[in-house]
Amino acid sequence: MKAPSKTSVSGTSVPKTSVRAVRTAGGLSVRFELRPLLTVGALLVVAFAASVLLIGTGDFQIPVPDVLNTLMGNGSVAHEFIINDLRLPRVVVGLLVGAALGLSGALFQSVTRNPLGSPDIIGFGQGSTVGALIVIVLFQGSAEAVALGSLAGGLVTGALIYLLAWKRGIHGYRLVLVGIGAAAVLTAMNGYLLTKAQIVDAARAVVWITGSLNGRGWEQVGPLFWFCLILMPLVLLYARPLRMLEMGDDVAYALGVRVERTRLVLMTAAVLLTAAATAAAGPVAFVSLTAPQLARRLTRSPGPNLLASMVMGATLLIAADLGAQRVFGADQLPVGVVTGVLGGGYLLWLLASERKAGRI
Amino acid sequence: MNRLSADNVTLGYDQRVIAEQLSVEIPDHSFTVIVGPNACGKSTLLRALSRMLKPSEGRVLLDGQTIHSMPAKKVARTLGLLPQSSIAPDGITVADLVGRGRYPHQGLLRQWSSEDEGVVQESMASTGVAELADRYVDELSGGQRQRVWIAMALAQQTPLLLLDEPTTFLDIQHQIDVLDLCADLHEEQGRTLVAVLHDLNHAARYATHLIAMRDGRVVAEGAPAEIVTADLVEEVFGLPCQIIDDPETGTPLVVPAARKGRVRKTDTVPEVADSVR
Repeated sequence: MKAPSKTSVSGTSVPKTSVRAVRTAGGLSVRFELRPLLTVGALLVVAFAASVLLIGTGDFQIPVPDVLNTLMGNGSVAHEFIINDLRLPRVVVGLLVGAALGLSGALFQSVTRNPLGSPDIIGFGQGSTVGALIVIVLFQGSAEAVALGSLAGGLVTGALIYLLAWKRGIHGYRLVLVGIGAAAVLTAMNGYLLTKAQIVDAARAVVWITGSLNGRGWEQVGPLFWFCLILMPLVLLYARPLRMLEMGDDVAYALGVRVERTRLVLMTAAVLLTAAATAAAGPVAFVSLTAPQLARRLTRSPGPNLLASMVMGATLLIAADLGAQRVFGADQLPVGVVTGVLGGGYLLWLLASERKAGRI
Repeated sequence: MNRLSADNVTLGYDQRVIAEQLSVEIPDHSFTVIVGPNACGKSTLLRALSRMLKPSEGRVLLDGQTIHSMPAKKVARTLGLLPQSSIAPDGITVADLVGRGRYPHQGLLRQWSSEDEGVVQESMASTGVAELADRYVDELSGGQRQRVWIAMALAQQTPLLLLDEPTTFLDIQHQIDVLDLCADLHEEQGRTLVAVLHDLNHAARYATHLIAMRDGRVVAEGAPAEIVTADLVEEVFGLPCQIIDDPETGTPLVVPAARKGRVRKTDTVPEVADSVR
């Protein structure tokens, strides 16, 4: 056994650990890891490029230089109208929805310590859908009413699942199992509502269920923007205790984390983010599930990878919408179909690789 | 007055009471080991001492204050715990995991000071995992992994350290390895250690202070050489035995009575039983 050495706090003689940090003379220090930072940077570039291309795409094509000029305020009147009033809000909604879904997915997967513990698997998307379908089918409500119904549905579902899964604290497996059960019940309710619907309402409901950015304007950006502006910094502040929670409740307690409080704050934020995103664009499938996993594989960093998951979500959603618009023509294919196909394929691959690794 | 004690605590989960009006003092600078049969409440006591379980009555005192009303991070700078259930996140390196022990000393804008760096280096050196610093924790053997977790608890730099069955699931050589490490931490760094152990002989050899529990009560406590007797082992574990001197250390060594001997003691007509067979 090695004898413990005298404390060498200066740390000059010993080889450095691989932990990197920026330090100021005043004693402040911030940790950073190069690869995750580069990943986030690269994803931001991709998201921006895809956004510019997406803005130029449609019945009326606009070349990239004109898009950039118009975004900087030097465009023609026609371009300004098409870009600033019609296409930019759609792209902004897409970016915010993707970011919110990616972040809430990372939160849920980290809290449940399970890649399947993501809001689109454990009932939150389905809960929002029930809220929206009630408004569409029973009240033929306006778009705003549908958004509100969806928000309410998501929040009520979140509270119910939390209460049902509570037993001396919230634990990963129970939350996932209760959530999957809730998802099944809610899906049945949605099926029932659809069979009761008039044909016009049913068509509208089906488009909403698929998740789409078609026709989204500044009026969808507003509320979503405020949700994101408040919740995203709050969540990122809790990233450090969340990282400790990944080692198990006991270890987190021992390190001085207020376990249940941290979990409640983060789950509430994640439910709100999912509900707000779903209210704006419908339950876009599988972004919450895939974004955190893809982000983790790119950053190769343990821990919740919150920032990378958020940026990955935004990039995924915009890239999927761009693909749908380019291949199938403007407003032909809702983005939820593309993310559903990509996410479903990814889910199969995940299950296969987990199985190979002997974890399921 | 000792730094850590339980004062008349009643402990349990939901309605099930494990221990009632239990009082325990942890002597400062001791290597205290708690032993007892399964379900005697030893792990429950450790959870209460580490504030993870709130007593329904009575209180746990740390430096004269009720531990449950102290700020969580402040407790975490005084009292460390190595729990039984810990999860190494996928793809984490040894240095990163050990570094997480610094959490109670850090803040939002003080995430990795040069002091953190130095303490992590030293914790890895004193547990013998320095050369593993950049390896992934999932690749390590059980014994190495346990040392890494101990290094993490050391990096917390707490004068008191609680260990919940640190040798369970380890091979015999790794069990001794971990206990040697604990003894070093106790002797050379002057930390107060409290461990729950299953093996009575390990406990008798390494502990400076032994607490024997049964059915939620403390049956005996004191230096192993003074309290470990055949009567005590029979009372606590229900096991007839002899106590001899450990040939290596001179500490008490528990030798369970042979099966035949045990049968004779409990059987009223042993001769008949033998002749029948």
